[in-house]
Amino acid sequence: MPFNQKPQKFNAKINTVKIGTGDKAIEIGGESSFPFYSFDAPVPVTQKVGIEITDGGLEAMPECIRAYYDGASSMGDIARKAASFEGVDFLALLLDGGDPNGANKSTEELIAIVKEVAEAVDLPLVVEGCKNVEKDAELLPKVAEALQGRNVLVMSEKEENYKAIGAAAGLAYDQIVGAESAVDINLAKQLNVITTQLGVNGAKVVMNVGTAAVGYGYEYVVSTMDRIKGAALGQNDNMLQMPIITPVASETWGVKEASASEADMPEWGPVEERGIDMEVSTAAADLAAGSDAVILRHPKSVETISRLIQALA
Amino acid sequence: MALTGIQIFKLTPKKNCKECGCPTCMAFSMKVASGALKIEQCPHMSEDAIAQLSEATAPPMKTIKIGCGDGEFTLGGETVLFRHEKTFVSKPRYAVSLCTGMDEATVDAKLAEIPKVDYERIGERMYAELVYVNCMENSDADTYAALVKKAAGLGRTLILGVSDPDKAKAALAVCKDAKPVLNGANASNYEAMNAIAKEAGVVLGVSGKDLNEIYDTVAALEKAGNKNLIIDVTGEDIKSTFANAVLVRRAAIKDQDRTFGYPSIVNLVKLAKGDYQLQVALASIFTMKYGSIIVMQQMTYAEALPLYGLRQNVYTDPQKPMKVEPGIYKLNGADENSLVVTTVDFALTYFVVNGELERSGVPINFVINDAGGLSVLTSWAAGKFSGTSISTFIKENVEPKVSCRKLVIPGKVAVLKGDLEAKLPGWEIIVGPREAVQLVKFLKSM
Repeated sequence: MPFNQKPQKFNAKINTVKIGTGDKAIEIGGESSFPFYSFDAPVPVTQKVGIEITDGGLEAMPECIRAYYDGASSMGDIARKAASFEGVDFLALLLDGGDPNGANKSTEELIAIVKEVAEAVDLPLVVEGCKNVEKDAELLPKVAEALQGRNVLVMSEKEENYKAIGAAAGLAYDQIVGAESAVDINLAKQLNVITTQLGVNGAKVVMNVGTAAVGYGYEYVVSTMDRIKGAALGQNDNMLQMPIITPVASETWGVKEASASEADMPEWGPVEERGIDMEVSTAAADLAAGSDAVILRHPKSVETISRLIQALA
Repeated sequence: MALTGIQIFKLTPKKNCKECGCPTCMAFSMKVASGALKIEQCPHMSEDAIAQLSEATAPPMKTIKIGCGDGEFTLGGETVLFRHEKTFVSKPRYAVSLCTGMDEATVDAKLAEIPKVDYERIGERMYAELVYVNCMENSDADTYAALVKKAAGLGRTLILGVSDPDKAKAALAVCKDAKPVLNGANASNYEAMNAIAKEAGVVLGVSGKDLNEIYDTVAALEKAGNKNLIIDVTGEDIKSTFANAVLVRRAAIKDQDRTFGYPSIVNLVKLAKGDYQLQVALASIFTMKYGSIIVMQQMTYAEALPLYGLRQNVYTDPQKPMKVEPGIYKLNGADENSLVVTTVDFALTYFVVNGELERSGVPINFVINDAGGLSVLTSWAAGKFSGTSISTFIKENVEPKVSCRKLVIPGKVAVLKGDLEAKLPGWEIIVGPREAVQLVKFLKSM
C-alpha cells in the first residue's frame, strides 16, 4: 500500500509585492503554502536576498567584510561593489548614523548618501532608518521623496511614527512601506491595520516582524512567524497577508559569537567563519519560519542563502 | 486518532464492578479518554479490546531511545507540528560523520576534533552527541568493524550507516552493548537487517528511494514485529529531503498515519557536498523542521554556536520561560571595585542587557538573582523582583565579594529606588535607562 500523501491546501495567499523598477525589479510573497512546501502548492515567487551597506561606509564594516570591498572609496563605489556579488537580489541601505544617540548625522547628509547610492545602482532599493523613532519620522519621508519613481521599500515604519512615514512613503511618494513591529503577531497586525487606515494600500506594505540572532530568544521569532503565516493562510486574515522581510545582519553581527576576536576566544576559531555561520543560520531559520526576504551583510552569506533558496525552490 | 469516552465505553464489560476505582464503567471510560487512567486498570477488559484501544490511544509519534548510560537519547514523541501549539519535546541530536573512504589520518583528526566542542549554555551541555560511521560499498567487513571500534573509543553513541547484513553483523559485534542505531534497512534487505537489529537489541534505520518505498518497508517491518525504528528521510537532493522530512512528520501528527510515526535521520554529508556554509544553512532548516538526527561533516565552534543556540531556543517549552543562573557575572574584566548592575533572570532580558553591557566596554559586576524567569515589569508586578529580593541577594552574595557600593537598577523599576536605599544602607542606587539600547550611552556618560 503506497503512502497516501495529503497536500495541505489553503484558499488564501500572501500578497505579491513588487520592489524596484525595470528589469531588475523583484517580487516577494505570493505563496499559498508554508515556506519551501512546494509539494503542497506551486510557489510562484522565490524568497529574495538583499545585501546591506550602511551610511558608515567601510569603517562601519567588520574587517572580514571590508576585505570584499577592496578598492571602493565612495558610497557609490561601495553600492556598486555590493550589487555585484553573487546572489544579490536587492540592495539595503541602513542609515544607522542618523541616530541622535550615535553619530547623529543630519538628514541632509544622509539624503545625499541615499541619492549617491541610488544613482550608483539599478537594483531594487530598501532603506532602513536609524532606530530612533523621532529621527526616522523626519528622515524617512525625505528618503521617500528623494527616491520618487524608484519604487523603493522604506522600512522602519513603527507604531510611534507610522503617520509620518506611512503617509509619506505610502501615499505622497508611492513607495512600498515596511511596517516594523517587535516580534508579536498582535503588534504586527495592529500596525498593518492603522497603516491601511491612513489610506495606504495594503498590497504595498511589507512587514518586518522583528528577529533575533539564533540563541537570543529566537523561539519568539519562530512562533511569531509560524502564527502569522498560519493566520494569513489558514484563516485568510488579510491584515497579515503582507510578505515578511527580515533584516538579519543587524542582529547577528553584534552578538559575541560573531564579534569576539580570536585572541579573546582562541578555542572558538576564526571570527569570520563564526560571523558568517551566525548570519547564515539565522537567515535560514528565518526563511524556514516564513520570511519572504532576508537582508545580510557578508557576501559569502548572501551566496550561500541564495543557493539554499534555489535548491529548495 | 484519540477515542471518545463513548467509544471506549462500548469496549468495556459494562459491569460497573468498581474494581478500577471508578463508580461506573462510563466514568472509567471518560477518565481513560482524558488520559487520566490507563485502559489496563480495568481487570475485566478483554485482550482484543486492550490491543484495539492501546493502538488507538497511542501517541501519533513513537518515542525511541538510542544509546545507553550518559549517551542515551530520546527521539520523537512529538505531538505538534509547530511549537506554539504546545511544545516540542525531543530536540534533534547532531552527529559527526566518519566513513571507511577516509584515510587513517583524516579519521584520527576528526576523532580528535569532536571532543573539542563541548561547552555549557544556559544550563545545557552542548556537544556532538553522536558519531555516524558510514560504510562504503567496496569496504570489507573487517575494515568497517575496525573503524566502528575506533569510533566507539570516543564514547559517543554511534549510528552505523551500513546496508550489507554481514558487515552490519561485524560492526555490531564490536559495539552493540552501547546501543547504536543500525541505519541500513531498505526494501531489498529489511528481513535480514531486521533479524540482526532484533538480535542485537538496537534501533533500525529505514531508507528507500522515495516515500512510497520507505512506507512499504516500514509497514513490512512493523508486521514483522519491529516498532523500534527510525526513518532516514535523506533523498536525492535538498528539495526532496526537505519534502520527505515534512511529509513524514505531518503524516504522523496531522493525519495520524502511524506508519510514519518515527523519528528521522537527515544526512547532510550527502546534500551539502563539502560546502560548510550551506551545511550550516541546511542544519538550521532541519533543526526547525523535523530532523531528529542530523548528520554533519564536521562540528566546529563556527557551526556549533549558532546551531546549538537555535536548537535550545526552538526546543524550549513555550509554557516555561528560559532562565539564567543567578550569580555575579563579571563583564569586561570587572573586579571588586567595578560598578554593580542588576536585572532579572529572564534569558531574553539577560542576553539583550548583557550584550549592551559588553558593548559599552565598561567593567561591570552584572548581578542576576532569581526573579522567576520573568521580564522586568512582569516579575516586579509578581513581587519577584522587589526591594526585598534584590537587597537580600545583594547582602548575601554581593557584599562579601564586591566592594563597590553603586547599584544600577532597570529604569522600568525606578520606583524601587527608595525602598532599596532604605534596605541597603551605604549603597548608592542609580536608576538606569528604560531600554537596553540606551545602556551604552548611559554607562559612558556616568
